[in-house]
Amino acid sequence: MDAKKGDWVRIHNIILTPDKRASNLPEDTRKVPLEMWDKGFLLNEEANIGQEVEIETYIGRRVTGILVEINPYWGHDFGKCVPEILYIGRQARALLKEGEDIE
Amino acid sequence: MARKSEIMKKSVGIDYSIFESGSIAFDYERMMKETGYSLQEIEEIQKQTSVGSTPLYELKNITKLVRKFSSPGKGARIFIKDEACNPSGSFKARRAATSVYHAQKLGYKGVIAATSGNYGAAVASQAAMRGLKCIIVQECYDSRGVGQPEIIEKARACEAYGAEVVQLTVGPELFYSFLLLLEETGYFNASLYTPFGIAGVETLGYELSMDFRQREGKDPDVVVITNAGGGNLTGTARGLIKAGAFDTKIVGASVNLEGLHMASDEQFNKKSFTTGHTGFGIPFATWPDRSDVPRSAARPLRYMDRYVTVNQGSVFYMTELLAQVEGLERGPAGNTALAAAFSIAQELDEDKIIVVQETEYTGAGKHILPQLTFAKENGIELIIGDPKEEIPGKNIILPKNPGYMHTTEIDLDKIKRSYIKNCIANYKVETVTENDLEFLAQDTKSSKEYVINVLKDLNVNVER
Repeated sequence: MDAKKGDWVRIHNIILTPDKRASNLPEDTRKVPLEMWDKGFLLNEEANIGQEVEIETYIGRRVTGILVEINPYWGHDFGKCVPEILYIGRQARALLKEGEDIE
Repeated sequence: MARKSEIMKKSVGIDYSIFESGSIAFDYERMMKETGYSLQEIEEIQKQTSVGSTPLYELKNITKLVRKFSSPGKGARIFIKDEACNPSGSFKARRAATSVYHAQKLGYKGVIAATSGNYGAAVASQAAMRGLKCIIVQECYDSRGVGQPEIIEKARACEAYGAEVVQLTVGPELFYSFLLLLEETGYFNASLYTPFGIAGVETLGYELSMDFRQREGKDPDVVVITNAGGGNLTGTARGLIKAGAFDTKIVGASVNLEGLHMASDEQFNKKSFTTGHTGFGIPFATWPDRSDVPRSAARPLRYMDRYVTVNQGSVFYMTELLAQVEGLERGPAGNTALAAAFSIAQELDEDKIIVVQETEYTGAGKHILPQLTFAKENGIELIIGDPKEEIPGKNIILPKNPGYMHTTEIDLDKIKRSYIKNCIANYKVETVTENDLEFLAQDTKSSKEYVINVLKDLNVNVER
Protein backbone atom coordinates (compact mmCIF):
# COMPACT_ATOMS: atom_id res chain seq x y z
CA MET A 1 0.00 0.00 0.00
CA ASP A 2 1.48 3.33 -1.10
CA ALA A 3 -1.04 5.77 0.38
CA LYS A 4 -3.77 5.81 3.01
CA LYS A 5 -6.86 7.92 3.56
CA GLY A 6 -6.07 11.59 4.21
CA ASP A 7 -2.65 11.54 2.54
CA TRP A 8 -1.83 14.54 0.32
CA VAL A 9 -1.51 13.15 -3.20
CA ARG A 10 -1.28 14.07 -6.85
CA ILE A 11 -3.51 12.55 -9.51
CA HIS A 12 -3.41 12.46 -13.30
CA ASN A 13 -6.12 12.24 -15.93
CA ILE A 14 -6.43 12.11 -19.68
CA ILE A 15 -8.97 14.81 -20.56
CA LEU A 16 -8.99 14.25 -24.31
CA THR A 17 -7.48 11.37 -26.25
CA PRO A 18 -5.69 12.38 -29.49
CA ASP A 19 -8.73 11.51 -31.64
CA LYS A 20 -10.94 13.86 -29.59
CA ARG A 21 -8.64 16.89 -29.82
CA ALA A 22 -9.53 20.13 -31.58
CA SER A 23 -9.00 20.01 -35.33
CA ASN A 24 -7.19 23.34 -35.62
CA LEU A 25 -4.14 22.23 -33.60
CA PRO A 26 -0.61 21.90 -34.92
CA GLU A 27 0.21 18.34 -36.01
CA ASP A 28 2.50 17.61 -33.02
CA THR A 29 -0.12 18.64 -30.46
CA ARG A 30 -2.90 16.66 -32.13
CA LYS A 31 -0.82 13.50 -31.84
CA VAL A 32 -0.78 13.64 -28.02
CA PRO A 33 -3.58 13.59 -25.44
CA LEU A 34 -4.68 16.56 -23.32
CA GLU A 35 -3.58 15.66 -19.81
CA MET A 36 -4.43 17.05 -16.39
CA TRP A 37 -2.90 16.97 -12.90
CA ASP A 38 -4.49 17.99 -9.62
CA LYS A 39 -3.78 17.52 -5.91
CA GLY A 40 -5.82 16.70 -2.85
CA PHE A 41 -6.41 14.51 0.21
CA LEU A 42 -6.96 10.82 -0.61
CA LEU A 43 -10.53 9.70 0.08
CA ASN A 44 -9.96 5.97 -0.53
CA GLU A 45 -9.07 3.92 2.57
CA GLU A 46 -5.83 2.94 0.84
CA ALA A 47 -4.36 2.99 -2.65
CA ASN A 48 -1.33 2.18 -4.75
CA ILE A 49 0.33 4.33 -7.37
CA GLY A 50 -1.30 3.71 -10.75
CA GLN A 51 -4.75 3.02 -9.24
CA GLU A 52 -7.82 5.14 -9.86
CA VAL A 53 -8.63 7.10 -6.71
CA GLU A 54 -10.83 9.91 -5.45
CA ILE A 55 -9.44 13.00 -3.77
CA GLU A 56 -10.76 16.09 -2.03
CA THR A 57 -8.87 19.13 -3.33
CA TYR A 58 -7.64 21.87 -0.99
CA ILE A 59 -10.78 23.91 -1.60
CA GLY A 60 -13.03 20.86 -1.13
CA ARG A 61 -13.82 19.66 -4.64
CA ARG A 62 -13.99 15.91 -5.32
CA VAL A 63 -12.00 14.67 -8.29
CA THR A 64 -11.08 11.19 -9.51
CA GLY A 65 -7.90 10.23 -11.31
CA ILE A 66 -4.89 7.97 -11.38
CA LEU A 67 -2.68 8.23 -8.29
CA VAL A 68 0.80 9.33 -9.39
CA GLU A 69 2.54 10.86 -6.35
CA ILE A 70 2.31 10.99 -2.57
CA ASN A 71 3.36 14.11 -0.69
CA PRO A 72 4.17 15.88 -3.99
CA TYR A 73 6.65 18.74 -3.71
CA TRP A 74 8.02 21.47 -5.94
CA GLY A 75 11.40 20.74 -7.46
CA HIS A 76 12.05 24.00 -9.26
CA ASP A 77 15.06 25.97 -8.12
CA PHE A 78 17.45 28.81 -8.96
CA GLY A 79 18.99 26.91 -11.87
CA LYS A 80 22.60 26.10 -12.56
CA CYS A 81 25.52 28.44 -13.00
CA VAL A 82 25.15 30.30 -16.30
CA PRO A 83 28.67 31.60 -16.94
CA GLU A 84 27.54 33.48 -20.06
CA ILE A 85 25.85 36.21 -17.98
CA LEU A 86 28.83 36.96 -15.75
CA TYR A 87 30.21 39.74 -18.01
CA ILE A 88 27.10 41.89 -17.74
CA GLY A 89 27.61 43.48 -14.32
CA ARG A 90 31.38 43.92 -14.62
CA GLN A 91 31.19 45.44 -18.07
CA ALA A 92 28.40 47.85 -17.05
CA ARG A 93 30.26 48.90 -13.89
CA ALA A 94 33.41 49.53 -15.92
CA LEU A 95 31.46 51.63 -18.44
CA LEU A 96 29.90 53.68 -15.64
CA LYS A 97 33.25 54.33 -13.99
CA GLU A 98 34.88 55.32 -17.26
CA GLY A 99 32.08 57.91 -17.65
CA GLU A 100 32.97 59.52 -14.34
CA ASP A 101 36.56 60.04 -15.49
CA ILE A 102 35.42 61.73 -18.70
CA GLU A 103 32.98 63.99 -16.88
CA MET B 1 -19.98 23.69 -26.33
CA ALA B 2 -23.55 24.87 -26.72
CA ARG B 3 -23.90 26.01 -23.10
CA LYS B 4 -20.90 28.33 -23.43
CA SER B 5 -22.67 31.70 -23.51
CA GLU B 6 -25.04 30.72 -20.71
CA ILE B 7 -22.15 29.60 -18.46
CA MET B 8 -20.24 32.75 -19.29
CA LYS B 9 -23.15 35.04 -18.45
CA LYS B 10 -23.67 33.35 -15.09
CA SER B 11 -19.98 33.35 -14.23
CA VAL B 12 -19.18 37.02 -14.89
CA GLY B 13 -22.56 38.51 -13.99
CA ILE B 14 -22.56 40.68 -17.11
CA ASP B 15 -25.10 40.55 -19.89
CA TYR B 16 -22.91 41.69 -22.75
CA SER B 17 -25.85 41.75 -25.16
CA ILE B 18 -27.08 45.09 -23.80
CA PHE B 19 -23.96 46.82 -25.12
CA GLU B 20 -24.19 45.21 -28.56
CA SER B 21 -25.33 47.00 -31.72
CA GLY B 22 -26.00 43.83 -33.67
CA SER B 23 -23.04 44.60 -35.87
CA ILE B 24 -19.32 45.26 -35.31
CA ALA B 25 -19.78 48.16 -32.91
CA PHE B 26 -20.51 47.84 -29.21
CA ASP B 27 -20.68 50.54 -26.56
CA TYR B 28 -17.25 50.15 -24.97
CA GLU B 29 -17.37 53.20 -22.72
CA ARG B 30 -20.85 52.31 -21.48
CA MET B 31 -19.66 48.79 -20.68
CA MET B 32 -16.70 50.21 -18.74
CA LYS B 33 -18.94 52.65 -16.90
CA GLU B 34 -21.93 50.51 -16.03
CA THR B 35 -20.19 47.32 -15.04
CA GLY B 36 -16.98 48.78 -13.71
CA TYR B 37 -16.32 51.10 -10.83
CA SER B 38 -15.19 54.71 -10.72
CA LEU B 39 -11.48 55.30 -10.34
CA GLN B 40 -12.04 56.57 -6.80
CA GLU B 41 -14.01 53.45 -5.87
CA ILE B 42 -11.28 51.24 -7.24
CA GLU B 43 -8.63 53.11 -5.27
CA GLU B 44 -10.70 52.42 -2.16
CA ILE B 45 -11.17 48.74 -3.05
CA GLN B 46 -7.44 48.31 -3.71
CA LYS B 47 -6.52 50.09 -0.48
CA GLN B 48 -8.56 47.53 1.46
CA THR B 49 -6.06 44.84 0.45
CA SER B 50 -2.96 47.09 0.28
CA VAL B 51 -2.73 47.05 -3.50
CA GLY B 52 -1.18 49.98 -5.38
CA SER B 53 0.70 53.13 -4.34
CA THR B 54 3.92 51.39 -5.36
CA PRO B 55 7.30 53.16 -5.30
CA LEU B 56 8.81 54.93 -8.27
CA TYR B 57 12.57 54.72 -8.86
CA GLU B 58 14.74 56.77 -11.14
CA LEU B 59 17.22 54.37 -12.78
CA LYS B 60 20.17 56.75 -12.73
CA ASN B 61 22.88 54.28 -13.64
CA ILE B 62 20.90 52.76 -16.48
CA THR B 63 20.18 56.27 -17.77
CA LYS B 64 23.89 57.01 -17.57
CA LEU B 65 24.59 53.90 -19.65
CA VAL B 66 21.95 54.97 -22.19
CA ARG B 67 23.74 58.31 -22.62
CA LYS B 68 27.02 56.57 -23.36
CA PHE B 69 25.44 55.20 -26.51
CA SER B 70 23.34 58.27 -27.44
CA SER B 71 24.12 61.33 -29.58
CA PRO B 72 25.04 64.43 -27.53
CA GLY B 73 21.99 65.88 -25.75
CA LYS B 74 20.02 62.65 -26.14
CA GLY B 75 19.21 59.99 -23.55
CA ALA B 76 15.96 60.43 -21.63
CA ARG B 77 15.73 59.78 -17.89
CA ILE B 78 14.40 56.27 -17.23
CA PHE B 79 12.09 55.53 -14.29
CA ILE B 80 10.49 52.32 -13.13
CA LYS B 81 7.33 51.74 -11.10
CA ASP B 82 8.02 48.91 -8.69
CA GLU B 83 4.83 46.92 -9.03
CA ALA B 84 6.57 43.91 -7.48
CA CYS B 85 5.70 45.64 -4.18
CA ASN B 86 2.05 44.63 -4.58
CA PRO B 87 0.83 41.80 -2.29
CA SER B 88 1.23 39.02 -4.89
CA GLY B 89 4.37 40.52 -6.42
CA SER B 90 3.09 42.07 -9.64
CA PHE B 91 0.70 44.68 -11.10
CA LYS B 92 -1.78 41.87 -11.62
CA ALA B 93 -2.88 42.37 -8.00
CA ARG B 94 -4.62 45.54 -9.25
CA ARG B 95 -6.56 43.53 -11.78
CA ALA B 96 -7.43 40.76 -9.34
CA ALA B 97 -8.41 43.15 -6.53
CA THR B 98 -11.42 44.55 -8.38
CA SER B 99 -12.51 41.17 -9.79
CA VAL B 100 -12.37 39.40 -6.45
CA TYR B 101 -14.06 42.31 -4.65
CA HIS B 102 -16.83 42.22 -7.24
CA ALA B 103 -17.21 38.43 -6.92
CA GLN B 104 -17.53 38.77 -3.16
CA LYS B 105 -20.05 41.59 -3.46
CA LEU B 106 -22.23 39.52 -5.78
CA GLY B 107 -22.12 36.61 -3.34
CA TYR B 108 -20.02 34.13 -5.31
CA LYS B 109 -18.36 31.48 -3.11
CA GLY B 110 -15.21 31.33 -5.18
CA VAL B 111 -13.30 32.57 -8.20
CA ILE B 112 -11.71 30.78 -11.14
CA ALA B 113 -9.10 32.09 -13.52
CA ALA B 114 -7.37 30.47 -16.47
CA THR B 115 -3.80 31.73 -16.38
CA SER B 116 -0.25 30.41 -16.20
CA GLY B 117 1.12 33.77 -15.17
CA ASN B 118 1.25 36.32 -12.36
CA TYR B 119 -2.50 36.80 -12.58
CA GLY B 120 -3.09 33.39 -10.99
CA ALA B 121 -1.07 34.28 -7.93
CA ALA B 122 -2.84 37.65 -7.80
CA VAL B 123 -6.33 36.12 -7.86
CA ALA B 124 -5.33 33.46 -5.32
CA SER B 125 -3.84 36.11 -3.01
CA GLN B 126 -6.87 38.40 -3.23
CA ALA B 127 -9.22 35.43 -2.74
CA ALA B 128 -7.27 34.46 0.39
CA MET B 129 -7.66 38.00 1.76
CA ARG B 130 -11.39 38.03 1.11
CA GLY B 131 -12.03 34.45 2.26
CA LEU B 132 -13.14 33.16 -1.15
CA LYS B 133 -12.21 29.82 -2.66
CA CYS B 134 -10.00 29.85 -5.71
CA ILE B 135 -9.19 27.56 -8.63
CA ILE B 136 -6.43 28.40 -11.10
CA VAL B 137 -6.29 26.52 -14.41
CA GLN B 138 -2.84 26.45 -15.98
CA GLU B 139 -1.39 25.39 -19.31
CA CYS B 140 1.74 24.01 -17.73
CA TYR B 141 3.39 20.96 -19.29
CA ASP B 142 4.34 19.52 -22.64
CA SER B 143 3.53 15.88 -23.45
CA ARG B 144 6.74 14.78 -21.69
CA GLY B 145 5.39 16.33 -18.48
CA VAL B 146 8.09 19.02 -18.60
CA GLY B 147 7.06 22.50 -17.52
CA GLN B 148 8.56 25.98 -17.72
CA PRO B 149 10.13 26.82 -14.33
CA GLU B 150 8.29 30.14 -14.40
CA ILE B 151 4.89 28.43 -14.66
CA ILE B 152 5.77 25.80 -12.03
CA GLU B 153 6.71 28.61 -9.66
CA LYS B 154 3.36 30.25 -10.30
CA ALA B 155 1.57 27.01 -9.44
CA ARG B 156 3.53 26.90 -6.18
CA ALA B 157 2.58 30.49 -5.36
CA CYS B 158 -1.11 29.82 -6.04
CA GLU B 159 -1.02 26.80 -3.73
CA ALA B 160 0.74 28.86 -1.10
CA TYR B 161 -2.31 31.15 -1.12
CA GLY B 162 -4.62 28.15 -0.63
CA ALA B 163 -5.84 27.80 -4.21
CA GLU B 164 -6.46 24.58 -6.10
CA VAL B 165 -4.26 24.45 -9.18
CA VAL B 166 -5.45 22.40 -12.15
CA GLN B 167 -2.50 21.80 -14.46
CA LEU B 168 -2.92 20.86 -18.10
CA THR B 169 -0.76 20.05 -21.09
CA VAL B 170 -0.51 22.36 -24.10
CA GLY B 171 -3.63 23.18 -26.06
CA PRO B 172 -6.46 25.69 -26.43
CA GLU B 173 -8.95 23.06 -25.19
CA LEU B 174 -7.99 24.36 -21.75
CA PHE B 175 -10.95 26.64 -22.27
CA TYR B 176 -13.25 23.61 -22.33
CA SER B 177 -11.95 22.38 -18.96
CA PHE B 178 -12.28 25.92 -17.66
CA LEU B 179 -15.95 26.11 -18.70
CA LEU B 180 -16.69 22.74 -17.09
CA LEU B 181 -15.18 23.98 -13.83
CA LEU B 182 -17.25 27.18 -13.97
CA GLU B 183 -20.37 25.11 -14.54
CA GLU B 184 -19.54 22.59 -11.79
CA THR B 185 -18.66 25.14 -9.10
CA GLY B 186 -20.76 28.17 -10.00
CA TYR B 187 -17.76 30.33 -9.13
CA PHE B 188 -17.03 33.77 -10.58
CA ASN B 189 -14.98 33.93 -13.76
CA ALA B 190 -12.16 36.27 -12.74
CA SER B 191 -11.29 36.79 -16.38
CA LEU B 192 -8.40 39.08 -17.23
CA TYR B 193 -10.62 40.77 -19.77
CA THR B 194 -13.70 41.93 -17.86
CA PRO B 195 -14.26 45.64 -17.23
CA PHE B 196 -13.37 45.05 -13.54
CA GLY B 197 -9.97 43.67 -14.41
CA ILE B 198 -9.07 46.44 -16.82
CA ALA B 199 -10.47 49.19 -14.59
CA GLY B 200 -8.21 47.82 -11.86
CA VAL B 201 -5.15 48.80 -13.89
CA GLU B 202 -6.40 52.34 -14.41
CA THR B 203 -5.12 53.26 -10.95
CA LEU B 204 -1.60 52.42 -12.18
CA GLY B 205 -1.77 54.97 -15.00
CA TYR B 206 -3.39 57.51 -12.70
CA GLU B 207 -0.70 57.03 -10.03
CA LEU B 208 2.02 57.51 -12.64
CA SER B 209 0.66 60.89 -13.59
CA MET B 210 0.22 61.97 -9.95
CA ASP B 211 3.69 60.66 -8.97
CA PHE B 212 5.39 62.65 -11.72
CA ARG B 213 3.41 65.84 -11.25
CA GLN B 214 4.43 65.81 -7.62
CA ARG B 215 8.03 64.82 -8.25
CA GLU B 216 8.91 66.53 -11.54
CA GLY B 217 6.04 68.96 -12.05
CA LYS B 218 4.92 67.30 -15.26
CA ASP B 219 3.51 64.12 -16.72
CA PRO B 220 5.90 61.50 -18.13
CA ASP B 221 6.67 61.95 -21.83
CA VAL B 222 6.64 58.26 -22.71
CA VAL B 223 5.28 55.22 -20.88
CA VAL B 224 6.55 51.85 -22.11
CA ILE B 225 4.26 48.92 -21.34
CA THR B 226 4.91 45.21 -21.74
CA ASN B 227 2.13 43.96 -23.98
CA ALA B 228 0.52 40.53 -24.09
CA GLY B 229 -3.28 40.36 -23.91
CA GLY B 230 -3.52 44.15 -23.97
CA GLY B 231 -4.99 44.74 -20.50
CA ASN B 232 -1.89 46.24 -18.97
CA LEU B 233 -1.62 48.76 -21.79
CA THR B 234 -5.35 49.52 -21.96
CA GLY B 235 -5.76 50.05 -18.22
CA THR B 236 -2.60 52.14 -17.82
CA ALA B 237 -3.47 54.34 -20.79
CA ARG B 238 -7.02 54.86 -19.56
CA GLY B 239 -5.71 55.84 -16.13
CA LEU B 240 -3.33 58.37 -17.67
CA ILE B 241 -6.21 59.85 -19.69
CA LYS B 242 -8.38 60.04 -16.56
CA ALA B 243 -5.56 61.99 -14.92
CA GLY B 244 -5.51 64.36 -17.89
CA ALA B 245 -2.09 63.23 -19.14
CA PHE B 246 -3.15 63.56 -22.77
CA ASP B 247 0.33 64.19 -24.18
CA THR B 248 1.97 61.10 -22.73
CA LYS B 249 2.93 58.69 -25.51
CA ILE B 250 2.00 55.04 -25.03
CA VAL B 251 4.49 52.49 -26.33
CA GLY B 252 3.75 48.76 -26.25
CA ALA B 253 6.66 46.32 -26.08
CA SER B 254 6.65 42.54 -26.58
CA VAL B 255 9.34 39.87 -26.66
CA ASN B 256 9.77 38.67 -30.22
CA LEU B 257 8.80 34.99 -30.49
CA GLU B 258 8.16 35.04 -34.23
CA GLY B 259 8.12 31.57 -35.76
CA LEU B 260 7.04 29.72 -32.61
CA HIS B 261 3.51 28.32 -32.60
CA MET B 262 1.82 28.90 -29.25
CA ALA B 263 -0.28 25.71 -29.42
CA SER B 264 2.64 23.49 -30.43
CA ASP B 265 3.54 20.76 -27.97
CA GLU B 266 7.13 20.55 -29.22
CA GLN B 267 7.72 24.32 -29.26
CA PHE B 268 6.06 24.97 -25.89
CA ASN B 269 9.34 24.69 -24.01
CA LYS B 270 11.48 26.28 -26.71
CA LYS B 271 10.40 29.73 -25.62
CA SER B 272 11.88 31.44 -22.59
CA PHE B 273 8.99 33.82 -21.95
CA THR B 274 5.51 32.69 -21.03
CA THR B 275 3.96 36.16 -21.30
CA GLY B 276 4.66 39.61 -22.69
CA HIS B 277 5.53 38.11 -26.04
CA THR B 278 4.31 38.48 -29.62
CA GLY B 279 2.51 35.11 -29.42
CA PHE B 280 -0.11 36.91 -27.33
CA GLY B 281 0.59 40.52 -28.29
CA ILE B 282 -0.14 40.28 -32.00
CA PRO B 283 -3.22 38.00 -31.97
CA PHE B 284 -4.82 39.92 -29.10
CA ALA B 285 -4.16 43.29 -30.77
CA THR B 286 -5.59 42.14 -34.09
CA TRP B 287 -8.51 40.33 -32.46
CA PRO B 288 -9.10 41.28 -28.78
CA ASP B 289 -12.43 39.45 -28.60
CA ARG B 290 -10.65 36.10 -28.82
CA SER B 291 -10.51 36.25 -25.01
CA ASP B 292 -12.65 34.27 -22.55
CA VAL B 293 -15.43 36.89 -22.42
CA PRO B 294 -17.68 37.95 -25.34
CA ARG B 295 -16.33 41.51 -25.49
CA SER B 296 -12.87 42.15 -24.14
CA ALA B 297 -12.31 45.29 -22.09
CA ALA B 298 -8.64 45.14 -23.15
CA ARG B 299 -8.41 46.94 -26.48
CA PRO B 300 -4.76 47.97 -26.91
CA LEU B 301 -5.08 49.50 -30.39
CA ARG B 302 -7.36 52.18 -28.91
CA TYR B 303 -4.45 53.58 -26.95
CA MET B 304 -1.18 52.50 -28.53
CA ASP B 305 1.00 55.13 -30.23
CA ARG B 306 3.81 52.77 -31.09
CA TYR B 307 4.53 49.04 -30.79
CA VAL B 308 8.04 47.57 -30.64
CA THR B 309 9.62 44.18 -30.06
CA VAL B 310 12.81 43.19 -28.25
CA ASN B 311 14.62 39.86 -28.34
CA GLN B 312 14.68 37.39 -25.44
CA GLY B 313 18.41 37.90 -24.80
CA SER B 314 17.98 41.66 -24.30
CA VAL B 315 15.31 41.13 -21.64
CA PHE B 316 17.53 38.70 -19.72
CA TYR B 317 20.41 41.15 -20.12
CA MET B 318 18.33 44.05 -18.73
CA THR B 319 17.17 41.90 -15.81
CA GLU B 320 20.79 41.25 -14.86
CA LEU B 321 21.67 44.92 -15.41
CA LEU B 322 18.80 46.10 -13.19
CA ALA B 323 20.15 43.96 -10.36
CA GLN B 324 23.83 44.78 -10.97
CA VAL B 325 23.74 48.55 -11.35
CA GLU B 326 20.43 49.57 -9.79
CA GLY B 327 20.30 47.06 -6.95
CA LEU B 328 16.84 45.81 -7.90
CA GLU B 329 16.51 42.06 -8.34
CA ARG B 330 13.25 41.50 -10.19
CA GLY B 331 11.72 38.86 -12.47
CA PRO B 332 12.51 38.88 -16.19
CA ALA B 333 9.00 39.13 -17.69
CA GLY B 334 8.38 42.62 -16.34
CA ASN B 335 11.61 43.84 -17.87
CA THR B 336 10.49 43.52 -21.48
CA ALA B 337 9.43 47.17 -21.44
CA LEU B 338 12.70 48.11 -19.72
CA ALA B 339 14.74 46.58 -22.55
CA ALA B 340 12.66 48.60 -25.03
CA ALA B 341 13.01 51.76 -22.92
CA PHE B 342 16.80 51.48 -23.01
CA SER B 343 16.72 51.81 -26.76
CA ILE B 344 13.86 54.35 -27.03
CA ALA B 345 15.51 56.65 -24.45
CA GLN B 346 18.39 57.11 -26.90
CA GLU B 347 16.03 58.81 -29.38
CA LEU B 348 14.75 61.34 -26.83
CA ASP B 349 16.30 64.53 -25.38
CA GLU B 350 17.98 64.34 -21.99
CA ASP B 351 15.22 66.29 -20.22
CA LYS B 352 12.50 63.86 -21.34
CA ILE B 353 11.06 61.24 -19.00
CA ILE B 354 10.43 57.66 -19.99
CA VAL B 355 8.70 55.31 -17.56
CA VAL B 356 8.60 51.55 -17.39
CA GLN B 357 5.37 50.97 -15.48
CA GLU B 358 5.94 47.57 -13.87
CA THR B 359 8.31 45.11 -12.28
CA GLU B 360 7.48 41.60 -11.05
CA TYR B 361 8.77 39.52 -8.15
CA THR B 362 11.62 37.09 -8.59
CA GLY B 363 12.26 33.71 -6.96
CA ALA B 364 13.01 30.07 -7.69
CA GLY B 365 11.96 29.32 -11.26
CA LYS B 366 11.17 32.93 -11.98
CA HIS B 367 14.66 34.26 -12.38
CA ILE B 368 17.16 34.45 -15.23
CA LEU B 369 19.31 31.57 -13.95
CA PRO B 370 16.59 28.85 -13.89
CA GLN B 371 15.06 30.21 -17.08
CA LEU B 372 18.36 30.19 -18.96
CA THR B 373 19.28 26.80 -17.47
CA PHE B 374 15.95 25.48 -18.71
CA ALA B 375 16.50 26.98 -22.17
CA LYS B 376 19.88 25.27 -22.47
CA GLU B 377 18.40 21.95 -21.31
CA ASN B 378 15.82 22.27 -24.07
CA GLY B 379 18.44 22.68 -26.75
CA ILE B 380 18.50 26.47 -26.99
CA GLU B 381 21.94 27.95 -27.62
CA LEU B 382 22.97 30.89 -25.43
CA ILE B 383 25.21 33.33 -27.29
CA ILE B 384 26.81 36.69 -26.51
CA GLY B 385 26.61 38.76 -29.68
CA ASP B 386 24.23 40.79 -31.79
CA PRO B 387 20.58 40.38 -30.68
CA LYS B 388 19.45 41.11 -34.24
CA GLU B 389 20.60 37.60 -35.13
CA GLU B 390 18.48 35.83 -32.51
CA ILE B 391 16.19 33.09 -33.85
CA PRO B 392 13.39 32.29 -31.34
CA GLY B 393 13.34 28.60 -30.50
CA LYS B 394 16.92 28.14 -31.67
CA ASN B 395 19.05 30.58 -29.71
CA ILE B 396 19.05 33.41 -27.18
CA ILE B 397 21.47 36.23 -27.91
CA LEU B 398 22.67 38.49 -25.09
CA PRO B 399 23.85 41.90 -26.38
CA LYS B 400 27.65 41.98 -26.22
CA ASN B 401 27.48 45.49 -24.79
CA PRO B 402 24.63 47.93 -24.04
CA GLY B 403 25.12 49.53 -27.47
CA TYR B 404 23.72 46.40 -29.06
CA MET B 405 20.32 46.77 -27.39
CA HIS B 406 17.71 47.64 -29.97
CA THR B 407 14.00 47.55 -30.68
CA THR B 408 12.21 46.54 -33.86
CA GLU B 409 9.15 48.53 -34.93
CA ILE B 410 5.90 46.69 -35.51
CA ASP B 411 3.97 48.32 -38.35
CA LEU B 412 0.87 49.58 -36.49
CA ASP B 413 -0.86 50.37 -39.76
CA LYS B 414 -0.64 46.71 -40.69
CA ILE B 415 -1.95 45.63 -37.27
CA LYS B 416 -4.89 48.05 -37.51
CA ARG B 417 -5.77 46.81 -40.99
CA SER B 418 -5.63 43.26 -39.77
CA TYR B 419 -7.94 44.11 -36.86
CA ILE B 420 -10.50 45.73 -39.16
CA LYS B 421 -10.30 42.75 -41.48
CA ASN B 422 -10.93 40.38 -38.55
CA CYS B 423 -13.97 42.43 -37.48
CA ILE B 424 -15.46 42.10 -40.96
CA ALA B 425 -14.71 38.37 -41.12
CA ASN B 426 -15.82 37.44 -37.59
CA TYR B 427 -19.07 39.43 -37.65
CA LYS B 428 -19.71 38.41 -41.28
CA VAL B 429 -20.54 41.98 -42.18
CA GLU B 430 -21.29 43.01 -45.75
CA THR B 431 -22.14 46.62 -45.08
CA VAL B 432 -20.54 48.71 -42.38
CA THR B 433 -22.81 51.17 -40.58
CA GLU B 434 -21.97 54.72 -39.51
CA ASN B 435 -21.95 53.42 -35.95
CA ASP B 436 -19.42 50.71 -36.89
CA LEU B 437 -17.29 53.28 -38.63
CA GLU B 438 -17.08 55.44 -35.53
CA PHE B 439 -16.35 52.41 -33.37
CA LEU B 440 -13.57 51.14 -35.66
CA ALA B 441 -12.00 54.60 -35.79
CA GLN B 442 -11.94 54.70 -31.98
CA ASP B 443 -10.82 51.10 -31.64
CA THR B 444 -7.84 51.74 -33.93
CA LYS B 445 -7.02 55.25 -32.67
CA SER B 446 -7.46 56.52 -36.21
CA SER B 447 -10.14 58.41 -38.15
CA LYS B 448 -13.25 57.50 -40.11
CA GLU B 449 -11.37 58.37 -43.28
CA TYR B 450 -8.67 55.88 -42.36
CA VAL B 451 -11.25 53.13 -41.74
CA ILE B 452 -13.10 53.94 -44.99
CA ASN B 453 -9.86 53.56 -46.93
CA VAL B 454 -9.11 50.20 -45.31
CA LEU B 455 -12.67 49.02 -46.02
CA LYS B 456 -12.32 50.11 -49.64
CA ASP B 457 -9.28 47.85 -49.95
CA LEU B 458 -11.34 45.02 -48.46
CA ASN B 459 -14.22 45.73 -50.90
CA VAL B 460 -16.66 46.33 -48.04
CA ASN B 461 -19.57 48.75 -48.51
CA VAL B 462 -20.12 51.64 -46.16
CA GLU B 463 -23.68 52.70 -45.37
CA ARG B 464 -23.66 56.50 -45.63
